[in-house]
Amino acid sequence: MRAKAIGDEVLRDGGRAGKRKPKVYPPFWRHIMSIDTETARRVAKLARIKVEEEALPALAQEFSAILGFIEQLNEVDVEGIEPMTSVTPQRLYRRKDVVTDGGQQAAILKNAPDAREGFFAVPKVVE
Amino acid sequence: MTDLSKLTIASARDAMRKGELSSVELTNAYLGAIEGSGVLNAFVHNTPEIAKAQALAADKRIKAGNAPDMCGIPLGIKDLFCTKGVDSQAASGILKGFKPEYESTVTTQLFDAGAVMLGKLNMDEFAMGSSNETSVYGDVVNPWKIDDRNLTPGGSSGGSAAAVAADLCLGATGTDTGGSIRQPAAFTGITGIKPTYGRVSRWGVVAFASSLDQAGPMTKDVRDAAIMLEAMCGFDPKDSTSADLAVPNFEAMLTGDIKGKVIGIPKEYHMEGMPAEIEALWADGTAMLKAAGAQIRDISLPHTKYALPAYYVIAPAEASSNLARYDGVRFGHRAKLAAGDGITEMYEKTRAEGFGSEVQRRVMVGTYVLSAGFYDAYYNRARKVRALIKRDFDEVFAAGVDAVLTPATPSAAFGLGEMKNADPIQMYLNDVFTVTVNLAGLPGIAVPTGLDSKGLPLGLQLIGRPWEEGDLLNVAYSLEQSAGFVAKPNKWW
Repeated sequence: MRAKAIGDEVLRDGGRAGKRKPKVYPPFWRHIMSIDTETARRVAKLARIKVEEEALPALAQEFSAILGFIEQLNEVDVEGIEPMTSVTPQRLYRRKDVVTDGGQQAAILKNAPDAREGFFAVPKVVE
Repeated sequence: MTDLSKLTIASARDAMRKGELSSVELTNAYLGAIEGSGVLNAFVHNTPEIAKAQALAADKRIKAGNAPDMCGIPLGIKDLFCTKGVDSQAASGILKGFKPEYESTVTTQLFDAGAVMLGKLNMDEFAMGSSNETSVYGDVVNPWKIDDRNLTPGGSSGGSAAAVAADLCLGATGTDTGGSIRQPAAFTGITGIKPTYGRVSRWGVVAFASSLDQAGPMTKDVRDAAIMLEAMCGFDPKDSTSADLAVPNFEAMLTGDIKGKVIGIPKEYHMEGMPAEIEALWADGTAMLKAAGAQIRDISLPHTKYALPAYYVIAPAEASSNLARYDGVRFGHRAKLAAGDGITEMYEKTRAEGFGSEVQRRVMVGTYVLSAGFYDAYYNRARKVRALIKRDFDEVFAAGVDAVLTPATPSAAFGLGEMKNADPIQMYLNDVFTVTVNLAGLPGIAVPTGLDSKGLPLGLQLIGRPWEEGDLLNVAYSLEQSAGFVAKPNKWW
């Protein structure tokens, strides 16, 4: 949990559709609406997807368009509304905490791109 | 030779029980039809050996008596469902060659009921798309054709829709995260139902957005949808969101009597710039239900406008988390590495090579909206808006509305490639009428009710109360009877 949410003031000021108050965007909010190349590079890194340098500006532009579309959510008055965690009010199903399956090493490794001696093999992780 | 174009699940079941038709005969006829349908690109992994073995076993069971309704019925299975020993790659390059060591709950239930699998069906990659143009297998072509253009069957269950519409199978499994059963059903003149969230087990279905994903049947008519849905539903301890509720006999609930039912017409679904034909179709459908004895009520679902933006926060967020598992370690594709590449390069290259551009885009948008500093502004806000969208429906149902009638799509099927240069949001607008249903976890069904001026099918959507698929199917059945939609695509392939 963060102490103070970025843009909280803006969001609270969203106002109801129909009696919309004029919005004043602080500088960081303007930054959100327009994604720059540096942000696109950071997001690609976080998502562990290699994006070539020359593809970053176009990607940033696409992000900006999608996030611009999402901005509409700021018009909604969500004061006092709990974020939905489950669409049906039921409790998650629980079972007894016992072993129900196992001993399937061969089946689990069957689809691995590289499996050796009963393990998944990956490039060296530790020097 | 059996005329496949006239057959339904119900009529095939009845004919097989009477001994007029065998599943082997039927299965061979469909395998032949699939053979000649390559240009549609609907079936992508054919399983004739499995089909023939299942058909043989089904015939024995039918002969012995007391066989379930789905016994001997040839089906297509969307590539998103894991099928043991059979390629299941969610139309993605990253799962190339993946043959699961297990069977999804849905296919297990269908096979236990005696259904026959003809093969796996094309779809949008990881079910992300509304035109079946993001598939690693290439586009699916809609069997409906009005000029020299190839049309989209819709998506993501485009292969399922095309296969049913082209009589390549009697029914198909689909999945629906934002409209992926109902939009393609409408584009191809067939019926598709997304049940209440929790009705059908998600176990063994490749996950896209877990809080929205539901599987359902895609069939030629409402009766078939009722029969096939019943076989797919049920409590599954392997899916923690599966509902422990009895599954009614949906087919028995199809009386066609909707006298006194209250049908809501939401004013917010009159979208700006909506084609007059869609408005007319909707008005006709409303008149049909009224003539059948239903009471029509104008209603308001005030947060409708915010459903798509909320969806395009929640779905990518969940997708970015679900698709983190494709890392080139345990299954699927791994990129060739250069000398000195470490594990991070392996992840990054593998995911860049394995995921198509729409999947990459959504994974990255999801990563962004969940990243530190933006989680509250985007993700939590979207979840609050989602709660409001659900509350809109709760309120109309509490006020006595039994079902809501809306258009299924904002247009008829469009040409493949026509949206190529449009920005992604234009494509996302395809789901404007269907996505609210996923966000609210409700059952929704698309029923074909007419043709546009060019001769392409159009559908209406009915939205029901949670867990009341039976009542919903019955209203849909009444609408189907009144609309009398019988048009079929001309066989050109």
